[in-house]
Amino acid sequence: MRPQFRLLTDELVERIIAEGFELLMDPGVRVHNDEALELLADAGAQVDFDAQVAHVPRPIVEDALEAAHSAFHLYDLDGEPAVHYGGDDVQFDPGSAAITVLDSASQEQRAPVTADFVKFVKLVETLPQLDAQSTAIVCTDVPQEISDLYRLYLALIAMRKPIVTGAFRKDTWWTMKDLLVAVAGGKDELAARPIAVFDVCPSPPLLWSDLTCQNLIDCARHRIPSQLVSMPLAGATAPVTIAGAVVQHTAECMSGVTICQLANRGAPIVWGGSPAVFDMREGTTPMGAVGTWMIDCAYTEVGKALGLPTHAYLGMSDAKVVDAQCGLESAGGALMGALAGVNMISGAGMMDFESCQSFEKLVIDAEIIGMAKRLIAGVEPRDDPLALTLMRELGHRAEYLGQLHTAKWFSEEQYIPSSLIDRGSLDSWVRKGRKTAWERAQDRVEKLLAECEPPPMADDLREELRAITLSAAQRFGMDELPPLPEA
Amino acid sequence: MSHDILEQITRTLVACQPDATVDETRRALEAGIEPLAIIEQGLVPGMETVGEKFEAGEYFLPQMVIAANAMQEAMALLEPELLARHQALETPGTVVIGTVQGDIHEIGKSLVATMLSANGFRVHDLGVDVSPGAFVDKAKETKAGLLGLSALLTTTMAAQRETIQALEEAGIREQVRVMVGGAPVTPEWAEAIGADGHADDAVGAVALARRLT
Repeated sequence: MRPQFRLLTDELVERIIAEGFELLMDPGVRVHNDEALELLADAGAQVDFDAQVAHVPRPIVEDALEAAHSAFHLYDLDGEPAVHYGGDDVQFDPGSAAITVLDSASQEQRAPVTADFVKFVKLVETLPQLDAQSTAIVCTDVPQEISDLYRLYLALIAMRKPIVTGAFRKDTWWTMKDLLVAVAGGKDELAARPIAVFDVCPSPPLLWSDLTCQNLIDCARHRIPSQLVSMPLAGATAPVTIAGAVVQHTAECMSGVTICQLANRGAPIVWGGSPAVFDMREGTTPMGAVGTWMIDCAYTEVGKALGLPTHAYLGMSDAKVVDAQCGLESAGGALMGALAGVNMISGAGMMDFESCQSFEKLVIDAEIIGMAKRLIAGVEPRDDPLALTLMRELGHRAEYLGQLHTAKWFSEEQYIPSSLIDRGSLDSWVRKGRKTAWERAQDRVEKLLAECEPPPMADDLREELRAITLSAAQRFGMDELPPLPEA
Repeated sequence: MSHDILEQITRTLVACQPDATVDETRRALEAGIEPLAIIEQGLVPGMETVGEKFEAGEYFLPQMVIAANAMQEAMALLEPELLARHQALETPGTVVIGTVQGDIHEIGKSLVATMLSANGFRVHDLGVDVSPGAFVDKAKETKAGLLGLSALLTTTMAAQRETIQALEEAGIREQVRVMVGGAPVTPEWAEAIGADGHADDAVGAVALARRLT
């Protein structure tokens, strides 16, 4: 039996969904994008084009929810299905779009550059616990206008895993699409075997900005999966009650599904988010708060009830260094998301809310993810009888360590961590230099990078991706791309 | 042909197929291969590979113990053959091992005993809750050059010291080297009680035993 926990009764899920429908009629959803307003109006919504507000009747939303697929795959660069959005499958990718990296030497945050993100992508490739890449770091050595597509370019030339990404502008989405089409080998191939999912973020409460709404529509038209990242901030931009914040999340995601399905019926879309409770002392958005995790897990239940694939930003920390707070917050969120059956849990490596990526935290989080995956794999009977045969054979001898039965099952029954997790004796820990988790994480990063092999990408494809990216860079005043670090 | 069988012995030992290792050993004897060759060219290279894989983090304790047990089973077949030929396997030493008085923890001690056996030591395992007198008697009887004292509790560590004192009182401390181990045991403790060495795990214990004998 797979362990799963629930926060909501069926009745509460129904009430949340019912109020979500109500909100889309009154007060309606704000849509700062004419194309989307037209789509909604054509479908029968009452649209106030001046105020840019759509009042969407329940049947239109219900029809869209019906049309959206309950499951789809993301493919790796070898064309194999690698991530399954749907059911209770749980997968992990790093947190997205960090604007700083934690410097390994100084433990200070600094501006990320090309070499940082290339290193990060390599690390994610080597960590088996992570199922997908993300465009995790925003490089500051290229013009800001191309920083979204540039990180996708860097990831594509160094990765094989699928990727969670997103655009910062309307026009750059098209360049990002071109990069993906080049890698997939054509527009139809990309639609048939998507390798990326785009985060699209409504603004709380109940607003679709022009940019993100256009990204949503463009993804739908190209049948590129999009992932709704609704982020109610409970107590500031959303009701302070967890149930109330989930109602707002529900309405925003319903409106996203509706716009997506009106743009292209059957386009893949994910019910996701990055909500938070509002910190009433600091005025911040804590990702490590238990209330934040509860909103995530509760909306996941709503998404599952509506038959949609799910996503959440979990497993992050608000800590500024990789310390005890960092570990406890990251583990709490990741374990809870796994137990809730969230299909894609984004957050590994991320700290200082959602602003900083750390190589060391990433490798620590990989161990947390390994433990979380073991947890939800549950307790299997394995043998029938469970223990009688073996225990009678051994009698009262404590010789289980040398049994073939032990060798057969131990690596499935136990999650075996890397040497990052210290389980040696005090003496051996002292002998190895009294290293803290931070120092062991540094060692692990170094070891993994040394083992990492360059991905087998054909030279002409690599050159094509470079040409697409360079052409975009030149439009924004950059003549040459920053040099890539030596492989 | 003989080369193939010896390779099979090595391969099955590394692959943790103990029954196959024993079968292949029997087959090697039937094919007329010298028992010393079976040990040196079949079993020992297999144990070395298993040890290397353990050190590299690829193998874990179950594989180590299964391989060591398979080696011992194969040796049980080979020893009468060696005797019949008036041959003896060169052993690095004879060890008396046990968990000290008042302590009933067995796993760590047994693991060290198994690994020492698999590495050619003649091991006399006295079990758990072993009195200082019993250690002394067995050491005298077997003329062991090495004594292994295990203690898992801070409260039973003192019995390691008492056992060393018993060796002195019996007048055999000069003939026996003493190694101590167990979770609470540190190099400082080993020195304080006059032991000759301390190891952190079973692999370390084998290396230490080699150094001490």
